[in-house]
Amino acid sequence: MKPASPLRRILPPVVAIILFFLIWEVGCLVLGVDEFILPRPSVAIAAYFQWQEAIWPNALQTLFTTLVGLGLAILAGTVIGALIGYSALIYDALYPLLVAFNSIPKAALVPVFVIWFGVGTLPAVLIAFLISFFPIAVNVATGIATVEPELRDVLRSLGASKLDLFLKVGFPRTLPYFFASLKVAVTLAFVGSVVAELGASNRGIGNMMVIASSRFDVPLVFAGLMVVALMGIALYAAFAFLERRVVSWAYR
Amino acid sequence: MASSTPCVALHDVSVVYQGDDGREVHALEGVSLSIAQGEFVAIAGPSGCGKTTILKLVSGLMPATRGRVLIDGAPVRGPQKNVGMAFQNPTLLPWRNALENVLLPLEVVEPHRRAFRQKKREYEGRALELLKLVGLDGFANKPPYQLSGGMQQRVSLCRALIHEPEILLLDEPFAALDAFTREELWGVLQSLWQARRCTVILVTHDLREAVFLATTVYVMSKRPGRLTHVTHIELPRPRAPEHMFEPRFNDYVHDIYTRIGEVRI
Repeated sequence: MKPASPLRRILPPVVAIILFFLIWEVGCLVLGVDEFILPRPSVAIAAYFQWQEAIWPNALQTLFTTLVGLGLAILAGTVIGALIGYSALIYDALYPLLVAFNSIPKAALVPVFVIWFGVGTLPAVLIAFLISFFPIAVNVATGIATVEPELRDVLRSLGASKLDLFLKVGFPRTLPYFFASLKVAVTLAFVGSVVAELGASNRGIGNMMVIASSRFDVPLVFAGLMVVALMGIALYAAFAFLERRVVSWAYR
Repeated sequence: MASSTPCVALHDVSVVYQGDDGREVHALEGVSLSIAQGEFVAIAGPSGCGKTTILKLVSGLMPATRGRVLIDGAPVRGPQKNVGMAFQNPTLLPWRNALENVLLPLEVVEPHRRAFRQKKREYEGRALELLKLVGLDGFANKPPYQLSGGMQQRVSLCRALIHEPEILLLDEPFAALDAFTREELWGVLQSLWQARRCTVILVTHDLREAVFLATTVYVMSKRPGRLTHVTHIELPRPRAPEHMFEPRFNDYVHDIYTRIGEVRI
């Protein structure tokens, strides 16, 4: 990929976003959609400014929940991914279980976690963890399992240990896969924590949205959604930036 | 140790392993050969005849089912550190530049591994010298993707030689290159060998390559692989591309070609 000029990089998404909001705004006006059904973006943004002092503590709570869940997912995903990538036996043993766990709708686990841990931050952290763990584990495993056998032979014949192989070849080789999965995982982690907060927390954006909707304050609900989306974009961009720095060799 | 001890010796070696479909694969059967210190041996034969298996035996990455594999008179048990290897695919690490790729074995193999941090300058000098020898002067800082296939293969040869192995094992290293680059690299390999005087085992299906480079060419039959014929190539060194048009050269190639034709039927 060639480095595009900054203007070429920034302009298209900005134009697309402005167009999206414009169509939404004008569409609602023309069709006369009730604010209670679908508020115009301008109304939602106005609601944001009206409530921003209430929104930000909740947003930070959600961000915190998401990052802790994602951090746990990175740790567990890397370890499990490395194990199933290295060992065909562990792969065969664990894969059905992993797929089974990943097939469970995470939202369905929220009430279970509430029974176990009560209402609070922990269920949201766990849901964010569960939802973002799988792509990380699968991608790390792929990176490690696809090390060229010839290269493994070269190092093994020189007396390299498994740890050497991991540090010199497996780990660096996995980084592009790891970052690719991180970009998926971070957005999923937001979904997880907000979904959990809807029913199992007394803090966070999800909780705020539930309260707002119970008061029929739909513009505030949409303001909350926008804040979540913005945080998602910000974290995605941060990881994309890190990726460019760390694994520039994979993008040429 | 007596100078008559061969560098590599295989005594009546057979290899049987379980294939992916669960059936037994007879890769080698009753293979005996003896390679002197500093000899350049080529093993030619149809594809799938177990040529690569011989290299795996010598490097200690695969055990013989029957028979004995000796290096300097001692039986091979487990991976051998005094071998260097290069393959058809250069297998360079894309996140390292050419120099760092060449240095990789020194970070792993003892005793260099222990001294790597202190002696880094010295090792780098050694790697740069090797890169110069294969004609990559000034490319040390290039990442692999900025090098052509032939250049990557040169780096791969340097990586195989950086720890000054006694034995160099080459598994069709030039098979994926275009004809001009390939013949250029024959010259490079010949001068590396003449400079280092290590023992080389080259697996190839290119008979001109075998005759051009080797002192001894073995012909292998189809699976289960057996050595069916030996030819000593008595052409003067250094051999140059022009020599490939001489009748003597072509007689060797023709003779080996005929032998392979016999074993393929």
